[in-house]
Formats: sequence, C-alpha cells, structure tokens
Amino acid sequence: MSVAVERDQALLDGVRAIADEVAAPNADAVDRDARFPVETITALREQQALSAFVPTELGGGGVSFEALAGACFELGQRCGASAMVFAMHQIQVATIVRHLDDAPWFEDYLRSVVAEQRLIASVTSEIGTGGDMGRSIASVEPAGDGLGRFEKQAPTVSYGAYADDLLTTLRRSPEAEPGDQVCVLTSRDQHSLEPTGSWDPLGMRGTCSPGNVLRAELPLEQILPTQFARVMNESMVPISHILWSHLWLGISTDAFERARAFVRAAAKRKPGEPLPAAIRLSELMSELSLLRAEVSSGLREFLDASAGDRSRLSEMASILRFNNLKIAASEQAPRVCQGALGVCGIVGFKNDTPFSVGRHLRDTMSACLMVANERIHQTNASLLLIAKDV
Amino acid sequence: MTEEISKIIAEHGRLSIDVAGLAPDTDLYQAGMTSHASVNVMLALEDHFDIEFPDRMLKRSVFESIGSIEAALVELQSEAVA
Repeated sequence: MSVAVERDQALLDGVRAIADEVAAPNADAVDRDARFPVETITALREQQALSAFVPTELGGGGVSFEALAGACFELGQRCGASAMVFAMHQIQVATIVRHLDDAPWFEDYLRSVVAEQRLIASVTSEIGTGGDMGRSIASVEPAGDGLGRFEKQAPTVSYGAYADDLLTTLRRSPEAEPGDQVCVLTSRDQHSLEPTGSWDPLGMRGTCSPGNVLRAELPLEQILPTQFARVMNESMVPISHILWSHLWLGISTDAFERARAFVRAAAKRKPGEPLPAAIRLSELMSELSLLRAEVSSGLREFLDASAGDRSRLSEMASILRFNNLKIAASEQAPRVCQGALGVCGIVGFKNDTPFSVGRHLRDTMSACLMVANERIHQTNASLLLIAKDV
Repeated sequence: MTEEISKIIAEHGRLSIDVAGLAPDTDLYQAGMTSHASVNVMLALEDHFDIEFPDRMLKRSVFESIGSIEAALVELQSEAVA
C-alpha cells in the first residue's frame, strides 16, 4: 500500500471506530437534549481527525478528499449531528487549504489547527440577503493600526458556541458592493457571539445552531487573500454539497439497515410465510441506490475537475452539476428514511426500539433547508438559460 | 466592439455606476453586476454578436470586465472565420 492509501485507510478506520463506539451510544441523548456531541468531537480531536485534510507539509494528516467524504458517510450512519459538525469543520479546513495562496498567516493558522485540533465553524448566512451566500451586508470596517472590525447578523451559526474559530463572509469594505466579498477568520478571543434566539428544532438538534450577532476585531492579515466569489465556486459550495450529501447518504443507509434488520427478524419469527414488508424493503433498496449513485458520481466529477485546472469548477455547467447534487440528495435522503419507516411500521415510529428511524427522518429533513433548495432552483433557472451542455 | 459591449452592459448589467466611467479592466462584479444580471448580459451578447459562448467560457472570469468579454468575443469570431 502506498503511504497516501495508508493515510486514508487510517482515517477511515479511526472514524469508523469513533462512530460505532462513541457517536452511536450518545446519538439519542444528543438528539433528545439538543446538545453538542461533545464526546464524538473530543474523540475526533484525540485522533487528530480535525486536521486530517491539512497537508503533511504543514503537519497535517494529508488525507485525500475522498477519504474525508468517506468519513462523513461513516459518522452519518451513527449520528447525523456529529457528522454534520465534522463535515462543516472540514469544509472550512478544505476551503482554507485550497485558497491559501501562500498567505503566511493562514499557513501558520493551519499549523495551529494541527497542534491544537481547533474546531472551525462558519458564518456565511446573513439576515437580509434572502439566503444568497454570494452577497453580504456586513463589511470589514477599518479600525486603524492594521485592524478591522465587523458586526454581522447571522440567522444560524452551527456550533458557534463550541467552535474555537469562525470563518465569516463579509463585504470587503464599507463601500464594496454586496457581491464583493472576502472570508475572514477570527478566533474565540477576537470575536463575541450574542445569541438572538433559542434552539429547539425538528432535526440535526446536536448542531446547536441558533441565530447570533457576531462582533469581532481582527488584524487584516486574517482576511483570506482570494476573492470569495472564487472561493465559493471552486471550493466552498461544491465541497459543502459533496460532504453533506455523503452524510445524508450515511443517515439514509442506516435507516435502510434498520428496516432490513426488522424484515430479517420478522422472517425468522415466521419462516416461510409471505412478508409484505420484504417487498417494500426491496423497493426501498432501489430508492437508496439512486441516492448512492448520485452521491458517488458527484464526488467522482469533483475529483476529476479538481485534478486539472480548478477554474473548471467556476463554469456554469459545473455549478449546475453540484447544485443538482445538493437538490437531489437532500430530497432523496428523507424519502429513503420515510420508506424505512414504512417498512418498520410502529416499531420504527417509536423512539426506543432497535428499528427506530424517527431521528433519521428528522435529521434528513433539514437537508432541503441548508441553503434552501428554493434558492438553488432560482440560481439554476438563471444558469440554464445560458449554459450549453448540462 | 468595445462600444457595443458597453451598450449591452449599460442595458443589462444593472451596475451601480455609470458605464461611461468603466475602464476596460474595471471589475464589473465589483461594480455591482450580480450573477443573475451577468446571465442577461451573456444572452444579450450572444444575440447581438450572433455567437454562442461555449461552456468553457461561461464563467465569472470571462465576464468580469469589458476587456475580458472583448477577448472572448474576438476568440470566438476568429474561430468562426477559421
């Protein structure tokens, strides 16, 4: 085995063990109490999994993007909220890694992510932008002495209270247009979060994502050099859609497995008797395989596009492709979970049986809201007018 | 050609500044052109110059300034002649 393959395998083995031994036994409590999955994140830190994607030159794990996606799938099978926190953190890490442009401050920062296993959350949404990540209202205001400051009204900040650092999108300056954005990294001692609401949602309860007013003051070198428009198209959006869809696939796969276990148990109880649930399970398998195919082809196409000239990811055809992955996976995942509920019946509906799939269904129902599908359809509708080969 | 491009941008780009003040390399997106407005600019350019932008050109960097749009159009027109 090559060193690269070994590194990937070590991450996947480690994350799988954490998923089974730590995330799974805590998943119900995390969901019930809407609390941060602290045990899972602590275990991931101990495995150095938070810096798995940081290049080895900077001391990180140097794993492939494919391995990262696989890790999201593994965690998703055991605890959707843990998987989402892990995925969102890795989206920020991957974004910084891919757009460092030799900025010394960010290289040093990634070294500290390795050494201190710092957890990064993001503040990309903003009240008043209609859910459009490509526009900001808040801006970096000069504060003298090479410092900047900002205040941003965020409708949700996932695990913001538990993160060491925040990656925030802002207008470049008070004069800049809404679409002229930059990414800014601040640490806990440079920013404050003032919660503006409570957190008692239907699903993904462990992500702890209430609204917040974020205020910060920071040295200007903590602004990522690359224009956010490029960062967004080449990395943040496609990577988000791929990692999210992998964890949604993980949740759906576990719901399917629970349905399968239910049918097997029924077959053992009454051998030889007709089993209507078995037919429904077969139907469900074809729904799951559609989801799996979409998720894996999305990953493959992203890897191909990233291997060559990364600017291909900025082409409209590519933007449409990964927007479609998000829409398709976010609609298909709850469909699979609901199908699993149909197979299991009342024992699936109850929250305390080995065949419970209520959490799975509720968690995947958040998928269509994370960058609202409606909003993505609006973008696609416009791009479809001009894109050629889609 | 530059003038024709400017006219199309004035009509469809929804800039926050006057098109007359644009240099060939002024960033149109920084001047307030949204992604949605840029699609309308592209459609109008295709219509006016009777060309089709291939997918490889349908990205932000090609439409970010009058100069980059002109370079793309020249390339397409020279391809059409060849």
